Amino acid sequence: MDEITSVFVTESREQLAALEAALLELENQPGDDDTLNAIFRSAHTIKGGAGVIECGYIVAFTHVVENVLDKLRNAEITLNSDLIALLLACSDHIGHLLGVLEAGAAGPADDLAIDGEALLARLQRDWLSGEQAVSHSGPPAAVPPPVHSSGGGAVETDCWHISLRFGPDVLRNGMDPLSFLRYLGSIGRIERLETLTDTMPAAELMDPESCYLGFEISFSSNADKAAIERVFDFVRDECTLQILPPHSRLSDYVALINTLPEDAMRLGEILVRVGALTQAELDEGLQMQSLAATGDEQAAHTASPGDESKPQIGEILVEQNMVQPELVEAAVAKQKQVTEKKAAESRLIRIQADKLDRLIDLVGELVIAGASVSLLAGKSGMGELVEAASLSGRLVEGIRDAALQLRMVQIGETFNRFNRVVRDTSREMGKDIELAISGGETELDKSMVEKIGDPLMHLVRNAMDHGLEQPAVREASGKAARGRLELNAFHDSGSIVIEVVDDGAGLNRDRILAKAIERGLAQPGQALSDTEIYNLIFEPGFSTADKVTNISGRGVGMDVVRRNIQGLRGSVDVSSTPGQGSRFAIRLPLTLAIIDGFLVGVGDAAYVIPLDSVVECIELAADASERDYVNLRGEVLPLVRLRQLFAMAGEAPPRQNVVVVQYAGTKSGIVVDQLLGEFQTVIKPLGSIFRNIKGIGGSTILGSGEVALILDVQALVQRCANSEEQRAHGTPPTRTLPAPART
Amino acid sequence: MATRKKKSDPPLVIAEDMTIYNAAAQKQRLLDALLATERLEIDLSAVSEIDTAGFQLLVLVKREARRLGKEALIVAHSEAVREVLDFYNMAAAFGDPLLIPAARA
Repeated sequence: MDEITSVFVTESREQLAALEAALLELENQPGDDDTLNAIFRSAHTIKGGAGVIECGYIVAFTHVVENVLDKLRNAEITLNSDLIALLLACSDHIGHLLGVLEAGAAGPADDLAIDGEALLARLQRDWLSGEQAVSHSGPPAAVPPPVHSSGGGAVETDCWHISLRFGPDVLRNGMDPLSFLRYLGSIGRIERLETLTDTMPAAELMDPESCYLGFEISFSSNADKAAIERVFDFVRDECTLQILPPHSRLSDYVALINTLPEDAMRLGEILVRVGALTQAELDEGLQMQSLAATGDEQAAHTASPGDESKPQIGEILVEQNMVQPELVEAAVAKQKQVTEKKAAESRLIRIQADKLDRLIDLVGELVIAGASVSLLAGKSGMGELVEAASLSGRLVEGIRDAALQLRMVQIGETFNRFNRVVRDTSREMGKDIELAISGGETELDKSMVEKIGDPLMHLVRNAMDHGLEQPAVREASGKAARGRLELNAFHDSGSIVIEVVDDGAGLNRDRILAKAIERGLAQPGQALSDTEIYNLIFEPGFSTADKVTNISGRGVGMDVVRRNIQGLRGSVDVSSTPGQGSRFAIRLPLTLAIIDGFLVGVGDAAYVIPLDSVVECIELAADASERDYVNLRGEVLPLVRLRQLFAMAGEAPPRQNVVVVQYAGTKSGIVVDQLLGEFQTVIKPLGSIFRNIKGIGGSTILGSGEVALILDVQALVQRCANSEEQRAHGTPPTRTLPAPART
Repeated sequence: MATRKKKSDPPLVIAEDMTIYNAAAQKQRLLDALLATERLEIDLSAVSEIDTAGFQLLVLVKREARRLGKEALIVAHSEAVREVLDFYNMAAAFGDPLLIPAARA
């Protein structure tokens, strides 16, 4: 796929998304002209782009859709839910056609083509058949126009030339030249158009209801002459129409000039301006005309345009142009605006993702190298060197942040896709559901946004299918008939949290437990907390839906959801209140590559704790050294002793420190020997052998070249929470971390 | 443009649609206004719809002004007017400053 096509596909997908969003908005607020115009613009842009890359099947389909939208805009037809549904289906179909284009196929496959035909037929039958002018509005014929050029004297332009003079009664008969010309624009491109107002009489005589306009149009299109003529079928009797095919002979143009009512000089000027003729061609043509009058046509072909004695018509015209200050002024102003518009466009650039990845890699290496420089500088004891190193360190930090920022995108776009999903699904299920979105401006890594779409979709569908009840059931239980589904996103201590909240029935604790026991996921009599029970729904093969619908309930999904999210170093949790609804919270790290870390030392080894999760550091009181919790300003803070957790040899130093970390609202303390300070950490993944080690999230390289392990705060905090819960229930821990060393 | 603002009357504001239905009345209004002043400013920012009849009136008043040695300036365009003038490729010939809204970029 060449570059222009891929740009077209990308941009068209954006336009389609906008079109779909606008359609949904229009459904809620029918009669909003701005929205309607936005829809029309989107469709038009897609068609225009498809025309540029000569993708006939997209042009043909979009063209009909555009006709319908145009009628809608002109209030010739009124909007109803059928039409919205049909237009949404059309927008989907355009999406499929874009997929075909993207795949590089020559045209849509048969089944897709049949779908398209069916949609077009419905549009045609239900919405378009009222007016014949568009009844033949099928795809512009892709046949190249026959070449009419015969030998020498053909002009350079490869456009059709159309001369049009409207009769005086056109307007009175309710027909507007504008609509014909706009329609003409739909079967090709109007390259230049000149409006002639010469026939308009003096002010007193001018009848405001008569039409005095004529047009000279340079038109590029693959349509044939008959198709162009058909555009003007309706006014055929009331206008004079002359069409010259591309590459017509110069003499044809001369003949045209002679037939038209305006004087030759004025017409010549217009033809040049329209771009039908070049100045040289015009000069030659007019000379040919005058020579032909003397019967000496032979001379015309040999005479070069340079050696005439009297000033050529074009020169006079150019002079005339130059003395029209208004015209020049306006042209300059317009040109400037175009440049400014271009400048605004170029503020957004598209770059390939792998270039960005390469940049991030390099920045990662730079961070490591920078750490080594500042370490050496510190050792050397040279004040100036230390200063220079710290300055460059600060800059590296800035570069790192800026580079990572490049990959950040807002999640809103992903959220907005769900408007359509919720609309369609709720209809399908006969439920009334409103979707509330908040925090769409929250940013997260692009690769993460792409990968979170599927799990989110699953959660949303699940909430609609299992969570929200039928309107009647809701009313019976005293809730509003309209169900509410929320999508929220926000930042929370170094992670981004995405929530899917519904106000439905909530999870049924007993049924989940019964099912889990039946499937062998839990033992009868095992004491489980509510949270543990709810989280059982993420186990493979678990589904409580009594009936399998085509929305969800096949028992695949929730475990896949959790696996996908864990693949992004994230987690998913569910909480629920019976009768009030449930809340799924997805928690993801902000970035995948580089983080701010807090370096701590235990024995000889160094560990990195993600700085975002660090709340504070306190000294471990000497008398607390035997207990697994401390009193933090009246709060019980469970402790994780790294020395014990990782079975490190050697004695603990007399003074130990506690790093207080927080994850998902739960605090724990990590007991370490030394606090070594902040450290920019480039995350290197651990090898697959270490994948199952809990509590380690990755590794990094220190400035000295040594390796430090990155602690997985989530796992550590959970371990604390679990052991507390288990202590409360008196059951042995289900999961153990490696080597709970000598106590 | 601002420096050329001599004695000019307040702009003639056309607020209704410039379609064939209003064309006769508007023709009279425009020509009367032109006769009453040396420099006619026309404000079309409230014109939500304009068709070919309306467009012809603008052509007429421009031409009439030139014939009488006066000036007729359209000082504000609505989106619809701008679009029609652009389509008919008359924006340059009219010579009025057109403002392209930034949001369209």
